[in-house]
Amino acid sequence: MDRIPILKMGQFLLVTIQIDLYDRIALNLETDLVQMIHKTGARGVLIDISAVSIVDSFMGRILGNIATMSKILDAETVVVGMQPAVAITLVELGLPLNGVFTALNVERGMNLLQSRLASNPDEEEDEDDNPE
Amino acid sequence: MITLNRDRLLIHKDQDVVILRNRVKEYATKIGMGLVNQTKLITGTSELVRNMLRYAQGGEVLIEVVSRGRENGIRLTFSDRGPGIADLDKAMQDGFSTGRSLGLGLPGTKRLMSEFSIKSAPGEGTTVTVIKWKNG
Repeated sequence: MDRIPILKMGQFLLVTIQIDLYDRIALNLETDLVQMIHKTGARGVLIDISAVSIVDSFMGRILGNIATMSKILDAETVVVGMQPAVAITLVELGLPLNGVFTALNVERGMNLLQSRLASNPDEEEDEDDNPE
Repeated sequence: MITLNRDRLLIHKDQDVVILRNRVKEYATKIGMGLVNQTKLITGTSELVRNMLRYAQGGEVLIEVVSRGRENGIRLTFSDRGPGIADLDKAMQDGFSTGRSLGLGLPGTKRLMSEFSIKSAPGEGTTVTVIKWKNG
């Protein structure tokens, strides 16, 4: 199994990582997600990593990449459900996941995405008054 | 230091990482290592085995249960016959990488482990030995 399924729900894409990641799968996820955002016009991506027992520097970098790439395609990314031991390890490793929104669980992650979307609604005005 | 148990795994491809991580987890659970230390040990394992695959196309990992005094721990030895590391001091600095990575693998792993040693010379491969004590 080399791919993680991506589900579309309204304006958002949902990804639940239920398997042990290795580099190939993480890279595939990055590519698939960016293509799905492009295809569906999704405004947000929620990645649930509650079943992931380790995140090392490579996977951390992929999560950061996904957030940056989605941002360029006008979608926000939130990573939810990180286990406490994983958070401790990431910081000690030296990878504090700067630039990635996180939330404690799926529900709060969804709220975060919805409020980001509400404060930054679709292109009613022209894009040039958007500071980003 | 006494070695209580040992196991050897060959690493050739990406998916072998998952097998190795599971094996290390089994041993760590067996000696009663807590979840945070287990996570640090397995994350460090993942970093080191990635280096082995990326720079040396694989190698061998020795997993040992060791004990010193009253403390039990897991010792891992990663050996490869790759190109070796020319400047070890630089390789141990945060943010230094000859590949395209973040350069956190070696220095980050050192922070996650209780003990860390590395031997390498150009053309002679690399051997990294780490220990994570159960309560360390």
